Amino acid sequence: MIAIVDYGAGNIFSVKNALDYLGMESKLTDNPAELEAADEVILPGVGAFPAAMKMLEAKGLATVLKEQAQKKPLLGICLGMQMLLEKSYEFEECAGLGLIPGTVERMDAPGLIIPHMGWNKLEMGIPCPLLRNLPAESYVYFVHSYAARNCENALAAWVEYGGKVPAMVYDGGHVFGAQFHPEKSGEVGLQILRNFGGLV
Amino acid sequence: MLAKRIIPCLDVRDGKVVKGVNFEGIREVGDPVECAAEYNKQGADEIVFYDITASHEGRGVMLDVVRETAKRVFVPLTVGGGIKTVDDIRETLRAGADKVSVNSQAVKNPQLIKDGADIFGSQCICVGIDAKKTPAGNWTVYINGGRIDMQLDLLDWVRQIEQLGAGEICLNSIDTDGVKGGFDLPMLKAVVDAVSIPVIASGGAGKLGDFAEAFEKTDCSAALAASLFHFRELTVQQVKDDCRSKGIIVR
Repeated sequence: MIAIVDYGAGNIFSVKNALDYLGMESKLTDNPAELEAADEVILPGVGAFPAAMKMLEAKGLATVLKEQAQKKPLLGICLGMQMLLEKSYEFEECAGLGLIPGTVERMDAPGLIIPHMGWNKLEMGIPCPLLRNLPAESYVYFVHSYAARNCENALAAWVEYGGKVPAMVYDGGHVFGAQFHPEKSGEVGLQILRNFGGLV
Repeated sequence: MLAKRIIPCLDVRDGKVVKGVNFEGIREVGDPVECAAEYNKQGADEIVFYDITASHEGRGVMLDVVRETAKRVFVPLTVGGGIKTVDDIRETLRAGADKVSVNSQAVKNPQLIKDGADIFGSQCICVGIDAKKTPAGNWTVYINGGRIDMQLDLLDWVRQIEQLGAGEICLNSIDTDGVKGGFDLPMLKAVVDAVSIPVIASGGAGKLGDFAEAFEKTDCSAALAASLFHFRELTVQQVKDDCRSKGIIVR
C-alpha cells in the first residue's frame, strides 16, 4: 500500500487517480501510524514551501517522513520534491526535510517565462530506478517557479530551461523527488509511477 | 526547452460534445470522457473542456465529466465556460481540472483573475478571449460567445490580464473561428508581442500545416482546435508529425 501524504495542500486527487488507474493500492492520509504501516510513501504538493513545511510539522509528519525515508521508498512530487531538500528561499529561508542535499531557489534568467509550465524533455543523470523503461525522448509536465539547486550529486534527470533545471533527484537509496508531475505526464509519467510501485 | 503544445478542445453542452461554426448552428456529437481519452491516446498535450451550457444544472454535469475524465486521462485538463466566482474556480479544480479558463466574466469583473491567481496560483488561471478586427484595424474583445462587442481594445486587455496575474491567454479569433482558413496570425502575433505569458492560438485551424505555420510565424506556445480533431479530419499525432518534420519541438 502506498500512503499519499494529505497535509492539506494541492490537488492530491490526481496522484490518487493515477495510482488507481494503474491498479496500485493507495490511501490519502495524514496519520503517522499509516505512514509507518505503508510500503511506500508519496509526498505531493502544490503551493508555497514555508506554509507546506509548517503544515507537515503541525501534523507531526516531518519527523515521521524523515524516519520512514530510511526504511521505505519515498517519492516527493513538485513542492513535495523541493521539501526533500535542505532549505528553500521561497519568501523566506526555511528548512526542508534535509533528505537530499541541495537548496530551493527562484528560477531566473533574462527573458525566461516564469512559471516554467509545460512539457520538457528529460536528460538523464545518475542511474535511477524510477527512470527505467522510458522512451529515448521522454517529455514530462512541469509547473513551477522555484527549482532545486546545488544537488548535482543527486541529479537523476534535468531539463533545459534557461539552464539546467533539476527534474528528478535521487539519494541512491530510498528517496526520490520529481519536480514534474508524473500524474500529469501521460504514459511517461505513468511508467515512472509504475517503476516506483515496482520497488517493493 | 518547452515543447509546443497541441490542444484539442471539446465544447460541451449538457454533458455532450458539440461543435459550433462561428458560434452558430451548433451540432451535437459524442461523449466527452471518451473523446478526451481518445485525444490522450493521440498524444494531446492538454485537453480543454469548454462548457457552453452555462446553466446551474449544466455546471454540475460538467464537473461530473471532469471527475470521470481525471480518472482516465493523465495530461493537464482545462475547464472553461460559466466560471463566475472564486468558488466556481475552486470546485472546478477540486473536480480534477488543472486550470480554469475564464472569459466573459473576466471582462465584466477583472478582479476574478487577480483573486483566482492569488488563491490558486497564476498557473491555474487561463483567460480566454474572443476578439474581432474593427474597421479601424485594431481588435476588440467580445463576450457571451462572441455576441457582445465590449469596445475594449484587445491589446489593452491582454496587458491588463497579465498584470492581474493570469498564467496564460487563450486567444480565439471570431473572424477565423470555424472558417478553417488558418489561425489569425496578425492578431496572434500582436498579442504574443504584447505580453510575456504563454498564448494559445485558437480559431481557424483547417489543415495540417496551419499549426506549424502559427509556431513558425509567431511565438505562441500552443495551438488549439476543436472541430478539426473532433470530426477526425486530422489526429493530434498527424499535426505533431508535421510540426516535427518542420523542426518544431513537440512532445
